[in-house]
Amino acid sequence: MEQKVKVSGGTALTEEMIQSGKVFLTADSLDCAYAWDTGVAISRYLAELKKGKIIGKECRACKRVMIPPRMFCELCFRPSGDWVYLQDSGVVNTYSICYVNWDASRIKEGEKPYLPAVIEIDGAAEGMGIMHLLGEVEPEQIKIGMRVKAVWKPDSERTGSITDIKYFKPLSKEG
Amino acid sequence: MRKVAIVGAGLTRFVRRALETPKELSYEAAKTALDSCGLRLEDIDCVAHGTAPDAFDGIHQNGEYMVDGCGGWNKPTMRVYVGGATGVHAVVHGWHHVASGLFDLCLVVCEEKMSSAMPHAQGFFLTIFDAITERALQPNLLWIFALEMNRYMQRYGYTKEDMALAAVNNKNNGQLHPSSQFKTEVTVEDILNSETMAYPVSRLDVSPVSDGAAAVVLAAEPVARRITDKPVWIEGVGWTLDTAYWATRDLYYPRYLDRAARMAYEMAGIREPAKQINIAEPYDPFDYKALHHMEGLQLAPRGKTVELLRDGHFARDGNLPMCPSGGLLGVGNPIAAAGTMKVCELFWQLRGEADQRQVPGNPKLGVAQAWGDLMQVSSVVVAGI
Repeated sequence: MEQKVKVSGGTALTEEMIQSGKVFLTADSLDCAYAWDTGVAISRYLAELKKGKIIGKECRACKRVMIPPRMFCELCFRPSGDWVYLQDSGVVNTYSICYVNWDASRIKEGEKPYLPAVIEIDGAAEGMGIMHLLGEVEPEQIKIGMRVKAVWKPDSERTGSITDIKYFKPLSKEG
Repeated sequence: MRKVAIVGAGLTRFVRRALETPKELSYEAAKTALDSCGLRLEDIDCVAHGTAPDAFDGIHQNGEYMVDGCGGWNKPTMRVYVGGATGVHAVVHGWHHVASGLFDLCLVVCEEKMSSAMPHAQGFFLTIFDAITERALQPNLLWIFALEMNRYMQRYGYTKEDMALAAVNNKNNGQLHPSSQFKTEVTVEDILNSETMAYPVSRLDVSPVSDGAAAVVLAAEPVARRITDKPVWIEGVGWTLDTAYWATRDLYYPRYLDRAARMAYEMAGIREPAKQINIAEPYDPFDYKALHHMEGLQLAPRGKTVELLRDGHFARDGNLPMCPSGGLLGVGNPIAAAGTMKVCELFWQLRGEADQRQVPGNPKLGVAQAWGDLMQVSSVVVAGI
């Protein structure tokens, strides 16, 4: 029976064909450099991180305390209002245990996996979180809903970056 | 708005690394689609094409470079790019051209060549994260999927095995697809035993990196009826882009899809999608995402999707076959082309031309969907015969 579904092209190359020089390759690499202005709202966010504080901004209309802070509420599409200091603690909304580097290479034998998480920050509107890392915890101990607290770099090492928080660690029950 | 039909479709094989250039891949799919309905390039009024990040090819304004392979020279030609949603969105984009009355025949071509990016295309996704507040954490693309998958599973009490069942369904469906880059069937154990990349994501929970192209021809109603006895009508289209603050909304439910699906169903006059739709091609770059998207498409009640999957509801001979093509997990994932491949599948299935993959029972109505960016965008096409 004649196939009705028409397929043409898509000639598979194998590693062997490439290594043995049966096909030609041409290569190039791009070295792109950028300097991003951090903007009105995030500049303040970073300046506060440098001081060891997490700051958000409140929408006058819907009253959401937003993190990361923004000059306008994207839901109400109005300028946001007061700056509000948040706590440096929160709740794990979700997490992963990652054995892959940013470029898809695998972490080395014996290296600890990355522990990315979405952390709902205390004092922000319900459910508003940021992506960060977890630390001082065994991967199998992590639970969604776990309370965590920021571990900051020492004053002298803070540069005004999200990485001024080294990671979030589990809060003890009484904390 | 005029009625618009799909009248032709064509695909390349999906492969890990193709000899062909992006233009050559595009040409193969576009020419095959034109041949399938007996048209020549000069019959075509306009071209809608799609290819995902320029960074994969290392060619700035890749759309312009691609024009010759898409048959777009000296025609009204426009590229659409919404990340992974591009493949279905390009069809929506082509639909606009014809539904508006501006053109009678539109060629839609989507292509992706991911293998050129060294050492791995995944690295380029670092730059989709917020440059100032997220990128400093050196995220891998897998992070957001792993975070979403974990949240989704935890919310409903789903297990890794539940998710693996979706991978088995799609991957094994793909065994019958002539474009598939896979040669072997898989079991739940294979999925569960594959390398953990970013818990809960294991290697076989993920679709592969692929090169390939796909194309469809769209025609206005009277023209469509002259071209073929079996036009497949685009009954509805929808799309939504949600906020880029992905961590500030709960990931367990794909809100970005909910609205897009409702928009498409409303246009198609569908009130009970779970009962009325006969074939679903949800976007499945990861196994959990197929299920997550079935919920967003309103084709399964939230939290009950795994139950339906286990009951065989989504099998090829079930009530609502899920990814009879094999999807991205079973055929391959050349990003933009993968979404268009899903629309091609609806075309063949609804015409009863899907060969061994044919869904029984003369399906009348299907939905294809693609998703992209930071858990943000969805495009939906409802097609019927």
